Amino acid sequence: MRKLLGTALAATMLTGLAQAAEVKIGFVTTLTTGGAVIGNDIKKGVDLALEHMGGKMGDLDINLIFGDDGFKPETGKQVTDKLVKQDNVDFVAGYIWSHVLMASRKTVIDSGKFMITANAGPGPVGGKLCHKNFFSASWMNDQGPMAMGEVLNQKGVKSLYIIAPNYAAGKGMVAGVKRTFKGEVLGTDMTTWPTQLDFSAELAKAKASGADGLFVFYPGKAGGAFMKQYQQAGLKSSLPLYTAFTIDALSLPKFQAAGFTDVLGSQFTGHWDPNLDNAQNKRFVADFRAQHGAYPSPYAAQAYDSIFMIKGAVEAVGGDLTNQDGMRAAMESANYDSVRGAFSYDSSHIPVQPWYLREVVKDSDGNWTTKIVQTIAQSVENPYAADCKM
Amino acid sequence: MGKMTVVSWVTLFGMVLLAVLPPLFLMNGQAFYMDLATRLVILGIAAVSLNLILGFGGMVSFGHAAFIGLGAYAVGIPAHHATWGGFDLIASYNGFLHLGLAISISALFALITGAISLRTKGVYFIMITMAFGQMAFFLFQSLDVYNGDDGLTIDVRSEFPLINLDEPLQLYILSYVSLVGVMLLVRMIVNSRFGMVLQGAKGNNERMLTLGYNTYFYRLTAYVISGAMCGYAGFLLGNFTTFISPDMMHWTRSGELMFMVILGGASTLFGPVLGSSVFILVEEILSSFTIFWHLPFGLMLIGLVLFIRGGLMGLFKSKGR
Amino acid sequence: MDYTLLFVQVLNGLQLGLLLFLVASGLTLVFGILDFVNLAHGSIYMIGAFIGASLTLLLGNFLLAVLIAVPLTGVLGYLIERFVARQLYDKDHLDHVLGTFGLILVLDTSAHIIWGPAGITVPLPAWLDGQVALFTGVVFPTFRLLIISVGLAVAAGLFWLVNYTKLGMLIRAGASNRTMVSALGIDIQTLFALVFALGAMLAGLAGMLIAPITTASIGMGGQIIITAFVVIIIGGIGSMKGAFIGAIIIGLIDTLGRSFLDQLFELFMSESAAETAAPAVSAMMIYILMAIILAVKPQGLFPPKVR
Repeated sequence: MRKLLGTALAATMLTGLAQAAEVKIGFVTTLTTGGAVIGNDIKKGVDLALEHMGGKMGDLDINLIFGDDGFKPETGKQVTDKLVKQDNVDFVAGYIWSHVLMASRKTVIDSGKFMITANAGPGPVGGKLCHKNFFSASWMNDQGPMAMGEVLNQKGVKSLYIIAPNYAAGKGMVAGVKRTFKGEVLGTDMTTWPTQLDFSAELAKAKASGADGLFVFYPGKAGGAFMKQYQQAGLKSSLPLYTAFTIDALSLPKFQAAGFTDVLGSQFTGHWDPNLDNAQNKRFVADFRAQHGAYPSPYAAQAYDSIFMIKGAVEAVGGDLTNQDGMRAAMESANYDSVRGAFSYDSSHIPVQPWYLREVVKDSDGNWTTKIVQTIAQSVENPYAADCKM
Repeated sequence: MGKMTVVSWVTLFGMVLLAVLPPLFLMNGQAFYMDLATRLVILGIAAVSLNLILGFGGMVSFGHAAFIGLGAYAVGIPAHHATWGGFDLIASYNGFLHLGLAISISALFALITGAISLRTKGVYFIMITMAFGQMAFFLFQSLDVYNGDDGLTIDVRSEFPLINLDEPLQLYILSYVSLVGVMLLVRMIVNSRFGMVLQGAKGNNERMLTLGYNTYFYRLTAYVISGAMCGYAGFLLGNFTTFISPDMMHWTRSGELMFMVILGGASTLFGPVLGSSVFILVEEILSSFTIFWHLPFGLMLIGLVLFIRGGLMGLFKSKGR
Repeated sequence: MDYTLLFVQVLNGLQLGLLLFLVASGLTLVFGILDFVNLAHGSIYMIGAFIGASLTLLLGNFLLAVLIAVPLTGVLGYLIERFVARQLYDKDHLDHVLGTFGLILVLDTSAHIIWGPAGITVPLPAWLDGQVALFTGVVFPTFRLLIISVGLAVAAGLFWLVNYTKLGMLIRAGASNRTMVSALGIDIQTLFALVFALGAMLAGLAGMLIAPITTASIGMGGQIIITAFVVIIIGGIGSMKGAFIGAIIIGLIDTLGRSFLDQLFELFMSESAAETAAPAVSAMMIYILMAIILAVKPQGLFPPKVR
């Protein structure tokens, strides 16, 4: 009763009237620091999703609140606290960075609300820390590199050198490629994240190792810095590069502006591509390009998906947000139109989906983008699923 | 008891406000504001401890965030092992163990770093304390067992008989009472003979030396006390946030602590608490308006340094003093 | 031991060291002569990088862009001196630290608003973008060699300026005796503004030189400023020689630590633990070095005689 009184009081103070029925979504992403490169693209994806829904999920208005994690786990947890306790949202979605997700996870899970990652996929959330209210709209960190490991085997790469940032996602990516790659790993360098942007020492070591190939993972602005230095070191012929989340729709326009043609032809793995042929994706990519004059990144696509996932859940229960079981069942069935096409969930709430090999190409207008050159596998297993006791 | 000055009234009023408001928030279902108040009071303890050496002792420590981090990890590491196994010697949820570790490790770190730092003066002291802070920062970043940079989630809070830190109100009361205790302790120290020597050395070290006081020893003692108190604040902060990471020790955090002390008014009893309150509230308000809140925040900081002598508490002091 | 690798890593370390010297030299001038702690020096480095990057894209020529951008950062330095730093000279170091801490927030957020969070990739002319074969088996990026050369040239120029010119004499006198310089009828305020602008230009140049490697990005200043402070503290505040030697030492320690520490660690810990511990410990090493040096010589390796 007291709580009710307080809420009513607050509502009256804020809006003057009790609000119409709405679904509240907290969306945590990075809007400041260099990490905001990705966060801004995600925000565009979310905004487009809201626009395509006409601001409504069923009969409910959508009230979406962005939170800025400042690229730091601690700040991410603080804004998550606020979304849960102050804004009392029904869903908490977003999260680019694995360490931010790990720091914020407990707050959301303890509150009994739904948590949906639109990007980050650290091992524990699909394994020993899996939870009935946690869903991924993306993948596990390990999976993209695991697909890449298969590609390396097919290409006959015998030895590999690995450079990645020293944080949760970097460790997962490295573990992933090591899991499927059948050749020898000659060395691994983990660099300080996110501050280290000069990789001279690591590149020199990679070169001296005499490996057949170099695998790296540098999301966001670090990816641009790495690619530039790789090119300046002149390693393209002697040490071919294989990447995960390093080249994307965010860095390609910058590379094109800087005339960095070495990037054309680069290959990497992904579960989504702007050229995927399904109605939802065509609409998303066309409208995104019309609005922003650039291709969407996978981050934007995943964010777009995550909002549609919530819509599917809300509409499945006819807008009754107290029916958590109904919403959970809807999400488990992946009942919405995803830009990646049809997919399903495994028992730990991680998507089971095809993985593709993508390549950097010029589109018909001369813009640099990507296309799918090969379907690597119809699914890549979640290596942590066995630890999940749900 | 002497005549109440304006400053004493402000102190009393502020402390009463802190005692009464947050529980009211909680009763009204405003759990978030309760959280904000808890954070503010805990950082207030850290600021009060920094003020002992910065304000009263003239030692500008630019690495105090390290103590907060050490205190927080003194909760996180034993709890981590108690949950996931390993390191049986300290693996425990026992609050007294956490508390003892937090205070003793902070004090030891202060003793070692202080002994070296206090050989230097002025800007060198500012920078060497910062260097030690960064050392702690990178040390915890390198500890893969405790997730390095990714930080550590505390699944179970420190356990004490009678009080339950999972209850926000009890945690707040503990923090508030601790703040009062720390303030009284600092007042006692400052008014003692020890405190007189400390403040004398801040004003004129040569004179205190010629008077036969080994000021190095006095300063080191104050530095250790301050470090231990700050470690205690870290113990509370770890229990409050239930997430700790090396980022808590970054030099910018030490800068923020210094800012809190100066903002409120160095070498006053209530200044650091006022400073941390205003800091947290302004940060909260600005950041709810714009993601570019650092810009007005920075301008405020510059304005403070340029125009306000003696911090906010200085505004309340009568001109005669 | 792979000597080719060692040689390349030493060159990488030198390059990092000389870049650090460019930042630290400006810092030590301002710190040593104006007795002013400028935490925002790193933000000038960042803004220099952004100005240089924008001009490069605009003009299509990196070298021309640098020639124009360096004086522009000088102007920025002058403005900061005129409107913020000058008001702080007669306050204590604590106020300098706090005031310039605020300035960092202002400048970094402004850069975010002006240039966005994405950063700018800086294109280089083809002749700078390749590699040079130094001798058999050793190839090194041309542009990193350029940074080494520019760093050495600036170092030589600064030694000449400080030791053999009238301005240098005034600078040295300003450090030791402000009132005497004023008594000689020299406008000390102009002198200070000039020194500040010179420091800003050096930091800006460093930013422009690193931008083609790491891209110009927000937040880059906060990373280098602390290292630059460590450099001048180790070298002795106000000493150009100290800044130079300190910068080379730090550059080498950082690079060699990142190169070889993990192999050393693997001798007594698991491979994965070594991979994670090595970068953080090599970052920690420079602070350990600083603590040791200050414990032995509380005023750094080369404390200026005049102080």
